[in-house]
Amino acid sequence: MAKVLMVDYEKCTGCRMCELVCSVKHEGVSNPARSRVKIVKWEWEGRYIPMACQQCQSAPCMAVCPVKAISRDEELNRVVVDYDMCIGCRMCVAACPFGAMKFDTLASKVIKCDLCDGDPQCVRFCDTKAIQYVDASEVNVEKQRAAAEKFLGIMQEITATLAKV
Amino acid sequence: MALNRKIAYIDLTTGKIEAKPIPVKVRKLLLGGRGLDSYLVYNHAKPNCDPLGPDNACVISAGLLVGTLASATARTHVAGKSPLTGFFGSCNMGGFFAPEMAWAGFHHLVLKGKAEKPVYLWVHDGEIEIRDAGNIWGRTVPEAQQAIREELGDEDIKVLTIGPAGENLVRFANVMTGVKNAGGRSGMGALLGSKNVKAVAARGTMDIKIAHPEEALDYNKKFTDQVTSAKVSQTQGRLGTPFIWGSTNSWGGIRTNNFQYNQLEYADDMEGESIDEEVFGYAGCFACQVHCRGRYIIPSGPYKGVYDEGPEYTAQGAFAGEPGCTSKETVLVGNHLANIYGMDLLEVGSLTSWAMELYEKGILTDEDTDGLDLSFGNDEAVIEMCHRIAYRKNIGDILAEGGLRAAKKIGKDSIKYLIHVKGMSNLHSDERATPALALGIATGSRGSDHLRSRPAIDLYHLPEPVLRKIYSQPVPYDGPLTSDYKDYEGKPWQVMWQEICYDAVDCLGICKYHTTFLGATLPNFEEWTKVIYYNTGLEFTPLDIWTVGERGYNIERLFNIREGLTRKDDWLVDRYFDEPTTRGTPAVQGRSIDREKFKKMIDEYYQHHGWDENGVPTPETLSRLGLDKEPSHML
Repeated sequence: MAKVLMVDYEKCTGCRMCELVCSVKHEGVSNPARSRVKIVKWEWEGRYIPMACQQCQSAPCMAVCPVKAISRDEELNRVVVDYDMCIGCRMCVAACPFGAMKFDTLASKVIKCDLCDGDPQCVRFCDTKAIQYVDASEVNVEKQRAAAEKFLGIMQEITATLAKV
Repeated sequence: MALNRKIAYIDLTTGKIEAKPIPVKVRKLLLGGRGLDSYLVYNHAKPNCDPLGPDNACVISAGLLVGTLASATARTHVAGKSPLTGFFGSCNMGGFFAPEMAWAGFHHLVLKGKAEKPVYLWVHDGEIEIRDAGNIWGRTVPEAQQAIREELGDEDIKVLTIGPAGENLVRFANVMTGVKNAGGRSGMGALLGSKNVKAVAARGTMDIKIAHPEEALDYNKKFTDQVTSAKVSQTQGRLGTPFIWGSTNSWGGIRTNNFQYNQLEYADDMEGESIDEEVFGYAGCFACQVHCRGRYIIPSGPYKGVYDEGPEYTAQGAFAGEPGCTSKETVLVGNHLANIYGMDLLEVGSLTSWAMELYEKGILTDEDTDGLDLSFGNDEAVIEMCHRIAYRKNIGDILAEGGLRAAKKIGKDSIKYLIHVKGMSNLHSDERATPALALGIATGSRGSDHLRSRPAIDLYHLPEPVLRKIYSQPVPYDGPLTSDYKDYEGKPWQVMWQEICYDAVDCLGICKYHTTFLGATLPNFEEWTKVIYYNTGLEFTPLDIWTVGERGYNIERLFNIREGLTRKDDWLVDRYFDEPTTRGTPAVQGRSIDREKFKKMIDEYYQHHGWDENGVPTPETLSRLGLDKEPSHML
């Protein structure tokens, strides 16, 4: 099963290292305006949400592209842009429900997360593991276990109460 | 590339703005950040000017590596002549402002003159505008930042601002960015206020070209692993700097009731672990893996439910230890008020505690305090003083002038109880058992300060060979080094070494928690040569970087001497020598600083620096550092 980016919003410290390494990896420059990932912040509440391409199965960007420059790469489970075909119309930017497809005004091209060809740099540098690269089937496992723990607590309480009785 | 960021000169009186490149020659000499700032202040502030007058200069900068692929390069530095001390003023803060200014094309802004009415600067993609701040003046730190974002219509704008304290010329007002990133100490907020500058807003989308991107990525991974593998970094990322409190207090290193004791009793409620209960997560500054900034919600009292960030170790001392309070709520609320008003909480806490001792001794009375009960341990009074200082109300108005001016106004023998160096209040730590730390605060170039030279690892009883490994590079040192923090021998070298290390790190724009400060295994000179090379292509040896640090520190010294500093200013108040500690571990109890030994330490410290017995850099030292023709006005 191909891997996906898994974001744990609670763990993000808002440091934006992911934005920095993303632009260096792809463009050789530091410039968050050219990063494929972005931390959206509610600074006065201390809430930080990392946003990147979800690599949708049924991708609106792909559907809307008039020249079929966008396709799915099943091996890496990602949506890719073929720049030889792309005409730079930015329809995909308009269609993406997450704002993850963006237009790089310096390079005059659309850009999106390509999972760094299987070695995502945002994951490599995220100290708190707010962004992880995991099998698509595993995304729910941690949440499932956390939810199960609540039931475990209730069951332990019941057992303890019964033992007292 | 990182090197093509500009320096802008902004004449607020005429509105004229001029941008210039920073020659590589200057980078080689001063790197950037604090080093270049000290040069610019020395060259652009009129000698012996009134710090709050138009002849003072205010320099706002990003360090050389800010925004590049180097971790924790978040630091903004602000410098000028200090309204508090009259000597070199300098403050440094994290957050996200400095990288944004770098992406907008600038590394240094030199503000001169005075705007006719309140303004803010709008720095964006190579341009700078002076804009009207009439609607923003009077607003708190978060309100001002949000108002500017809304006015300019961009939520990603980063703002450096002053709060009401800066507008009211409180002499220890901060510059602030974000919720709690504070350029504290030495009153740079009052300096901006005196120029009628409320804020600087920045937004940039300009590339910073990385010289060797792949190598920079790989090396940064090693660098961050070195930082995060240190136990101290992990602890700090889990509890913030309040983790320092527990050990320091139990050992007897916290001054309480101003300076009467050296340990706070019954302090469980305001210790790091207890504060952590109100923290829902830790936040990082730009590109930092230590993430030591707590995000908390005030749990009780009139401010219940309010969000803020921190508090730092300093807030624990300011709002609990020094005024003899023990409540977490007071620490969290005091920290919040200092953040929104934009003032140095260390000064607020220290001066309030000083006033409390004066009140206890009958030097200040209810008449002076307008009925406020300034007894030690009165939480409400501590909070009330935050409001009164920021808005200069009665006793607050007097304290807002800083300790020395306030002592003159209060009179009697009030000065006897003031805990300061060069007119700047001391941190709440008690240095009577630690001569190295005492020397650090006595000689710091911006006044009493723990972030100029503190050899904190001196407290860890590290074996002598380990100390030698750290302190005998990049300059060989074969003098004494001892693992006992109570010793006087060898410590002057450690103090000077830390001074140069911190100066260099401030030039680069890296946070001090990423170097030899609280942890002995963190990166310094050797590692920085690689970070600089991969990011900028500039080749430096560790010794080159050391020399830049030395050069910067000597410029600050030259500035201070020009503004009237003499050897007697590098000294502690009498209480350090005359009143032995009464609490703490057996090793710490009954200790005070020995005058004669301390004098010898100062002599030795001057010799290491290449200064004469009066603390003046010798002609040979200035010539070796290329400073013999200063001020040289090359920028």
